[in-house]
Amino acid sequence: MKKLINAPDKVVDEALAGMAAAHPGLITLHTEPNFIVRADAPVRGKVALVSGGGSGHEPMHGGFVGRGMLDAACPGAVFTSPTPDQVLAATKAVDGGAGVLHIVKNYTGDVLNFEMAADLAKEEGLDVGAVVIDDDVAVQDSLYTAGRRGVGGTVLAEKICGGAAEAGADLASLAALCAEVKASVRSMGLALTACTVPHIGKPNFALGEDEMEFGIGIHGEPGRKRVTLEPADRVAEMLMAPILADLPFKPGDRVLLFVNGMGGTPLIELYIVFRAAHEIARRHGLTVARSLVGNYITSLEMAGTSITLLRLTDAMIAHWDAPVLTPSLRWGA
Amino acid sequence: MADALDVAVLTEWLKRAAATINARQAYLSELDAAIGDGDHGANLARGFNAVIAKLGTPADPAILFKTVGMTLIGTVGGASGPLYGSFFLEMAKAVQGSAALDAAAWPRVLAAGVAGVVARGKAEPGDKTMVDALAPAVAALNAAAPLADTLAASAAAARQGAEATVPMIARKGRASYLGERSAGHPDPGATSSAMLLAALAEAAG
Repeated sequence: MKKLINAPDKVVDEALAGMAAAHPGLITLHTEPNFIVRADAPVRGKVALVSGGGSGHEPMHGGFVGRGMLDAACPGAVFTSPTPDQVLAATKAVDGGAGVLHIVKNYTGDVLNFEMAADLAKEEGLDVGAVVIDDDVAVQDSLYTAGRRGVGGTVLAEKICGGAAEAGADLASLAALCAEVKASVRSMGLALTACTVPHIGKPNFALGEDEMEFGIGIHGEPGRKRVTLEPADRVAEMLMAPILADLPFKPGDRVLLFVNGMGGTPLIELYIVFRAAHEIARRHGLTVARSLVGNYITSLEMAGTSITLLRLTDAMIAHWDAPVLTPSLRWGA
Repeated sequence: MADALDVAVLTEWLKRAAATINARQAYLSELDAAIGDGDHGANLARGFNAVIAKLGTPADPAILFKTVGMTLIGTVGGASGPLYGSFFLEMAKAVQGSAALDAAAWPRVLAAGVAGVVARGKAEPGDKTMVDALAPAVAALNAAAPLADTLAASAAAARQGAEATVPMIARKGRASYLGERSAGHPDPGATSSAMLLAALAEAAG
């Protein structure tokens, strides 16, 4: 294991301290339990958005805390869900009197811990809603599994709902908007390398020089199948085909195309994938109205990419374009 | 030999459970590495060690169970934190006002705990989860038998239930993404549940 760390059991705490030191005007870090809130929380009269999950996916979710996006993020240990006391403390800290929406990725641990926190918050009289994002088309047989995983679509849901919350949406309409994003977004990912969880010390699967793992989640878990490495244009086709067929996306749809890096793939390669995905979308008759390219929901140092496609409405476009000021996503503010 | 589960016996249960989980931590993590993410042993050991540190001398079984549940929820993480937490919190509700639980009272209490796990995790028997050890443990209880005998029968049923998860294909949790590749391994959660019920039988035996 070759990492810039001091000790495996200090990774999360030290990274959070570094983040807080780097962005004092944007976010405030609470410890014991760990959670990050926007610097001006709670915002009176605004619905608060809270997300969270295991660490190791940076910048998600802590990097998306700030004006126009999340009010709080709860980081767990690396690839381990946060606990309900973290989520409850964050929920209470950001509640501005208009209720709190939890945006949860569909992983069993995340779902159970957020549900439990929401139950506890409701017992204390808070108004809490939740939407579980499950956009990963790699999981085919969702009847016989824990269901589709929440991946890249989560980033888009957090930005769009963040914009709407800032514009004054109430809890019910915000939950409805988040559910609409969830219903309109699909993703698929692929790894060129595995990744190493610091406290485990070795990768949990091995890929040959000429292999890639197709249909991965974001925890270094194995994917749908192992296939031979292909050129970027072919990789984009392999990821786009199941996404397009699943919703399905239809000619004339306006979409947001999001090409995400898994942490270890340089931006130059992500743009090559974006170029190909953009061309495939165009050939399919889609209008790529908005785009995002970069490392936003990662799996530590894993090399690879995921593609996310969201069918846009006018409201989603307006909330996507709205000002955002967070450590890792900022425009117009 | 105890004829009822009072605070002293229940405290002994948790100490034995913590000792077993610490001793079998590597084994549980190994089971989890095969079909999950390899941290079940470490997570549970962290949780039960926190329970022992926090327990003190609770006034009654309800307070004891609530402390255990809240501590596990706050320290274990993953899916097993809320599931084991719900198990103990629901038992806490079920023993409200009782100083001790005899063989006639225990089936209702354990059933409430297991119902809490089912409500939280929405797993059914056969999904390759904790429920595959816990549900048989409830079914094997006999309210008319001596306490030590019924707890021993319950623990044996849990162990058999955990062993029966080996050929199952997981339908809940992260193992479910492996599909047929999840068969051939015991479920880590069912295995740790069986360990807990074995520790209870020992504490009362």
